[in-house]
Amino acid sequence: MSWIDIGHIDEVPLRGARLVKTHIGCIAVFRTAEVEVYAATNSCPHKGGPLSEGIVHGQSVTCPLHNWVFDLNTGEAQGADDGRITIYPVRIVNDRILLDDSAVTRRSAA
Amino acid sequence: MKQRLVVIGAGMASGRVLEHLTDAAPDAFNITLFNAEPRGNYNRIMLSPVLSGEKTYEEIVTHDDAWYAARGIACRFGEKVAKIDREMKVVEGQNGHVPYDKLVIATGSNPFMIPLPGHDLEGVFAYRDLEDTIQMMGMGPDNKVVVIGGGLLGLEAAAGMAAHGVDVTVVHIMGHLMERQLDEAAGYLLKKSLEDKGIRICLQANSKEILGKDGKVRALLLDDGTELPCDLLVMAVGIRPNTALAQEAGLATGRGIHVDDQMLTSDPDVFAVGECVEHDGAVFGLVAPLYDQAKVAAQALLGEEAAFAQKTLSTKLKVTGCDLFSAGDFADGPGREDIVFRDPSRGVYKRLVIEEDRLVGAVLYGDTTDGSWFFGLIKDGTSVEEMRETLIFGPAYQGGDTADPLSAVAALPHEAEICGCNGVCKGDIVEAINAGAGDLGAVRTTTKASASCGTCTGLVEQVLQVTLGDAFQMPAAQPVCGCTDLTHEDVRRLIKGQELKSQAAVWQELGWMTPNGCHVCRPAINYYLLADWPLEYQDDPQSRFVNERKHANIQKDGTFSVVPRMWGGITTPDELRAIADAADKYDVPTVKVTGGQRIDLLGVKGEDLPAMWSDLNKAGLVSGHAYSKGLRTVKTCVGTDHCRFGTQDSTGLGIKLERILWGSWTPHKLKLAVSGCPRNCAEATCKDIGVVCVESGYQISIGGAAGMDVKETELLCQIPTEDEAIEVVMAVTQAYREGGKYLDRLYKWLGKVGMDWVKVQVVDDLENRAALVARFELSQNIYRKDPWAEHVKEKAQTYAPIADFTLEAAE
Ligand SMILES: Cc1cc2nc3c(=O)[nH]c(=O)nc-3n(C[C@H](O)[C@H](O)[C@H](O)COP(=O)(O)OP(=O)(O)OC[C@H]3O[C@@H](n4cnc5c(N)ncnc54)[C@H](O)[C@@H]3O)c2cc1C
Ligand code: SF4
Ligand code: FES
Repeated sequence: MSWIDIGHIDEVPLRGARLVKTHIGCIAVFRTAEVEVYAATNSCPHKGGPLSEGIVHGQSVTCPLHNWVFDLNTGEAQGADDGRITIYPVRIVNDRILLDDSAVTRRSAA
Repeated sequence: MKQRLVVIGAGMASGRVLEHLTDAAPDAFNITLFNAEPRGNYNRIMLSPVLSGEKTYEEIVTHDDAWYAARGIACRFGEKVAKIDREMKVVEGQNGHVPYDKLVIATGSNPFMIPLPGHDLEGVFAYRDLEDTIQMMGMGPDNKVVVIGGGLLGLEAAAGMAAHGVDVTVVHIMGHLMERQLDEAAGYLLKKSLEDKGIRICLQANSKEILGKDGKVRALLLDDGTELPCDLLVMAVGIRPNTALAQEAGLATGRGIHVDDQMLTSDPDVFAVGECVEHDGAVFGLVAPLYDQAKVAAQALLGEEAAFAQKTLSTKLKVTGCDLFSAGDFADGPGREDIVFRDPSRGVYKRLVIEEDRLVGAVLYGDTTDGSWFFGLIKDGTSVEEMRETLIFGPAYQGGDTADPLSAVAALPHEAEICGCNGVCKGDIVEAINAGAGDLGAVRTTTKASASCGTCTGLVEQVLQVTLGDAFQMPAAQPVCGCTDLTHEDVRRLIKGQELKSQAAVWQELGWMTPNGCHVCRPAINYYLLADWPLEYQDDPQSRFVNERKHANIQKDGTFSVVPRMWGGITTPDELRAIADAADKYDVPTVKVTGGQRIDLLGVKGEDLPAMWSDLNKAGLVSGHAYSKGLRTVKTCVGTDHCRFGTQDSTGLGIKLERILWGSWTPHKLKLAVSGCPRNCAEATCKDIGVVCVESGYQISIGGAAGMDVKETELLCQIPTEDEAIEVVMAVTQAYREGGKYLDRLYKWLGKVGMDWVKVQVVDDLENRAALVARFELSQNIYRKDPWAEHVKEKAQTYAPIADFTLEAAE
């Protein structure tokens, strides 16, 4: 795995998100606690709602369009809803957010 | 011949190295010990108790002169090492060279000083050694001290000085104290108990400049203009490994001096231990790992096999009366779950983080007795699958009781007000119950509690339950959401009654079952706090629905719509031109006139919002709040200006009302209209608040709607003058703001409290009306401002991606 520095932790609001634009679509980087981040696809499997605009609570995010809730650890929709979002490896080192570079580079057809 | 060992730094790490070494092989080395401080080893972490007066310096000395003498260690205290010459294998002290065969570097770390203007003034220093401690001990009740940094060290410094009666203020940049070790709830409790000790705590405070006079510190200036006067300023914001000597000697360094598992640097004759090292990417700031390092280094020096491995750490704050414990890891990782326990009445909070049936982190506040047990579970990676249900209650507990949802009410003091309308406190109700009032009706008739607007009914019932126990059957009430058993009404009352002024306070004191709520309760709590404590509470955008956070309506494809305000429905050719220009410039696909007399620009990309607002702002246009649970529009007809039937200046009144009410947050959206005569061209009688002008004055009616429900307004009053009409509208709005349940439109609130009650509050009782108006004004002096302009100024960058990899050339 190789890591790409995408920014300082303080650039993502606490319990908020910022977008990373890539060739394969937008990735949302969520900050759930002072030093805790997650990364996932920005698009809700229900009707494509922009997850980065949702309310972040605990380690989950609620889609702003129709309130589906996703666990950011597993990507699974919670409760009665059925679906999942893709999760990408992300970590914090020295307050910098590092994203797994396979998330942002074009993958071979697979 | 004996090998020559030189040790640089007589700190906590090297002290242990020397102990292990001289115990195991007293004659192996000829040892020389340098220390920049004019003394030998003492227990640095006990400086805090020395500062607070609980210990003396003599009590924390770990190695005295006799100890060094007995082991034949040549001490060169007060002498700083200036250079290491690895080629010649000598260390250059200020008073001469010492050759070595083996060298140990243990220079610790340097406190980090924020390079604020004025940081070099006299009286500005860090907290690291005995000299710093002595300076702080020189402060007394006549002195003011500011501490920058709300971490472990800063708080110990603050508490130590407060123990001498010093006026101490802690300035912390983050939203809660000790954010690395604690979550918000524990941080809130810690803040509370420090404030009880008389320490002032400023959170989210950004230091701007240190002000001086005659070369001496005088005050700290914050970003927001606040000036905190002080005689001393202590910076406790972090440490940096002290690598200068090693770096200059050409040893491999990163953040710290690079060492391997044997604590060996890139030079086979040079070891390093303590805070100055970097091992496998990590640096260290607590003593536990340094002691492990010391043991390994001693063994390695003697040619024995040993390896240093990093372990999970725990933290304690050495401030009497603040029991907190934190261990393990709260950072990212797949499959994590929380167990949260709160006992508001005892100020106890516990949170465990579990991952794949193992405990990985724990925060305890107020009751830390089980800390070491949890720590053991974390370190050993014990499976907690079997005891998951009862884990949070600790080792002694198996099976039984869960937290009592009534404890918040049980914990209320007797003088806590339960019924605001009639000023009835908990004590009165308990007394009435003890005297025989066994149900809600009886309590109502005897005490008047819950007999007026009724929003406190739930609380009265809970007091009944707490007092009577099983003898009282609680009617089932709808809780706010799965995070709590309390209803909206209860939460509102308790926020007022217990003066809860932050979200963390609400979660803790009302026993929230999740760490920080969910998308249902957070917007509600945010609204309640903002409505009740306009001056003290800081609005939290992350607890708002996207529309309010981004000040634009989100559409189904993720684009936004932008609606500029048109006061009372009036606009100008210049404004129209600006709107048209913006529509062109930002490729707006749809331009629509809304039902509320404004122009909607639909299909704007999220990233374009700040630039578009800035353009519209230039033409004098501000946000129309078309996205808000707040005042939307005041629709008007043309009234006396142009219409032959008009009786009053309806447009003028509409504009006045909109200018007064704009920016106000309400439980749900709020729409108004003013019509110039009973022909009602502005459709005022299906708005939340409608005004119909008549010959003799103004008819004000409320509770209309034309959404999911269609409702006609009910007449509230007819009033002769425009000024009074405005006052009544403000007072109704404020009563709704203070009493309404989040997401109840005004008519729903009206249905609960009844028109008679509203009439008394805002029409008949003039004193009360004036008080409502005053409270509304107070909150509006904060919220009557354009969010577009603020975001353009301060937050524009957050609308753009944090990183954009599509700009890179494709391979
Ligand atoms: C007030 C306070 C409270 C603390 N509380 C806790 C706590 O509760 N729990 C905990 O685990 N940790 C605590 N710590 C941290 C802990 O004290 C340190 O982690 C520990 O002391 C580091 O040990 P060290 O040997 O690496 O460095 P130090 O103990 O700092 O020793 C380094 C020594 O090297 C000397 N030196 C530096 N450069 C030179 C040179 N060129 N020549 C000669 N000598 C030199 C310095 O003067 C210093 O005496 C606290 C720290 C402070 C300041
Ligand atoms: S409501 Fe009356 S005053 Fe207003 S435009 Fe209609 S007819 Fe004219
Ligand atoms: S698009 Fe996300 S919930 Fe419907």
